[in-house]
Amino acid sequence: MISSMQTSRWNAILIPVLAVILGLIVGGLLMLLMGYNPIVGYSSVFQGIFGNMYFMGETLRAVTPLIFAGLAVAFAFRTGLFNIGVEGQFIIGQLAAAWVGAFWTLPTGLHAAVAILVAMIASGLYGGFAGWLKARLGVHEVITTIMLNYVALFAANWTIRTYLIGASERSKDILPSASLQAQWLSDLFEGARINWGLLLALIFALVCYWLLMKTTTGYELRAVGFNPHAAEYAGMNVSKNIFLSMLISGALAGIGGATDVLGVNGNMAISAGFTGIGFDGIAVALIGNNNPFGVIFGALLFGGLSFGADNMQRVEGIPTESIQIVISMVIYFVAAASVVNWLLGKFRRRQGVSQK
Amino acid sequence: MNFADMLITILNGTIIFSTPLILAALGGVINERSGVVNIGLEGLMTVGAFAAAVITIWTGETLGLPGWLAPYLGIIAAMIVGMIFAVPHAVASIDLKADQVVSGVALNIFAAGVAMFLVKKLFEGAGQTTTVQNVFTKVNIPFLSDIPIIGPGLLKIYPTSYLAFILVAVIYWMLFKTPFGLRLRAVGEHPRAADTLGVSVRKVRYIAVILSGGLAGIGGGTLSIAISSNFQHSTVSGHGFMALAAMIFGKWHPVGAMGAALFFGLATALAVSGQVLGLTQYVPSEFLNALPYLLTILALAGVVGRAEAPAASGKPYEKGSR
Repeated sequence: MISSMQTSRWNAILIPVLAVILGLIVGGLLMLLMGYNPIVGYSSVFQGIFGNMYFMGETLRAVTPLIFAGLAVAFAFRTGLFNIGVEGQFIIGQLAAAWVGAFWTLPTGLHAAVAILVAMIASGLYGGFAGWLKARLGVHEVITTIMLNYVALFAANWTIRTYLIGASERSKDILPSASLQAQWLSDLFEGARINWGLLLALIFALVCYWLLMKTTTGYELRAVGFNPHAAEYAGMNVSKNIFLSMLISGALAGIGGATDVLGVNGNMAISAGFTGIGFDGIAVALIGNNNPFGVIFGALLFGGLSFGADNMQRVEGIPTESIQIVISMVIYFVAAASVVNWLLGKFRRRQGVSQK
Repeated sequence: MNFADMLITILNGTIIFSTPLILAALGGVINERSGVVNIGLEGLMTVGAFAAAVITIWTGETLGLPGWLAPYLGIIAAMIVGMIFAVPHAVASIDLKADQVVSGVALNIFAAGVAMFLVKKLFEGAGQTTTVQNVFTKVNIPFLSDIPIIGPGLLKIYPTSYLAFILVAVIYWMLFKTPFGLRLRAVGEHPRAADTLGVSVRKVRYIAVILSGGLAGIGGGTLSIAISSNFQHSTVSGHGFMALAAMIFGKWHPVGAMGAALFFGLATALAVSGQVLGLTQYVPSEFLNALPYLLTILALAGVVGRAEAPAASGKPYEKGSR
């Protein structure tokens, strides 16, 4: 019994690692097929991530919102909900932070905290709305969250244009008191836009883990995800948990959006299209097997490779899309984990027999 | 602009904007009715749009085939490429018993990656294909097109729109009037019972997923060689997810999905032609743009109510399991 638990814990780490290796191999073969040298390609990706302090800082800057988006998706997944609406909730978070950051006056530090809190509440309610629609009226959360993404995008554009407008299609810059940037941190990374958001992301990953795994609330949320009928039979309020899960999921996405405005850009742009971060969050959560610590790994991998890919295209002329293909392969192999599992199982059994 | 012209603009726009959604949603219906979830419609539409643009350019402009023929070849290519890209999703979902949502997400990223990679490769690093010269033109049916309002509004449309409506009827017939359709639905509702009666769950699901890829591919093709005239990263942008929504909105029924797609098409037509129609002087354009999505939420919350997916949707079938 104990050994089988150890095996499954091992597999939880082994499968993603094998998936990454397989993904890199398939991506390399593809580059070869298209007449590029995969070793040159991958080393320029590596250079683009670790080549200097600036690249490293910028990679971590790119990873930060992905951790939040991944946590948001993973949290809802654990309750059996597919929140495609992280994108929209992220946008609402950006908007709320841009408003509070630029138009409220509060002492340094407190200002940022309040801005994040308001973003959390706004995005939480926005996500919770989809949860409420599902719990009360039985409307499929996949549709409502997709629709709410578009509503958020257009609503944000209108709000910025009408109330928050600063210079050139952007909201007014936030006040320095609301900034999440730290001069010493930026200096350390040669001017990269890495900021306190990263620390927040790591803290919230811990909070998510604690909430899901160590509290009664988390137990209920997961029980509803496993089997809503059984959970209801055991006296849990399924509707309440669906709402709560989407509320927390939305709030996590909102903090991500807030750190993007307060830590990186200092304002929010009117945009014709989505940021894509919410959708990337789905991939991040899946690579991380919907585990909060797995999400950090997924975000580092996804964000790192995507950021490094720019360097590869710039220096070697290999399209960034080849890295996108690598990432898709990693997810595919994570999905098809049963094959990896099955292979591992066979391998172990054979070892076990030979030891006897 | 008088009232008749306004009506014509809106009707025509409704048909045109709903076409890709109808096609992809039909694919989704077949797919999910067989018990396989397909989040990958977006990716399948992307490769379809890419293939349609590239093959139309190649056959019409490079090979010099007749200009009317090239877009048809493009659409056929879109279908075939869509079917090919559906295969890995089928293998993962059916044989590898993978999580179908995860596999679908992988498909979306993979398809977008491959399509843009090849665009850069084929068009010397450009972010989009060249403008397709031989795109579909709206058909003019003698006499019928002269009927006031209905003629120019509903009948003067792209051949692909006609194809979409014909396919709705064909797929309705296939699903509900043929033995194969019965098997397909049985496999999606209760695979074990179907298996007991000698239906190959595996085979039926493979056919369904691959057919669905073909339909989504055609749907994508209509985006790049009818509605617009090139392929770039934003050509498909969300149409696959909207098709997914149309499928659920239409309660996994071909006619329902068509209705939902037409509804989205109408709302899009209103938003797009808002400026021409003079609506923007009364409401902000952002509101018009958000309208389709707000209306959908309202419709689902108020009118349509609970949507039940096919019972076995998303669950891999293991022979002999209980």
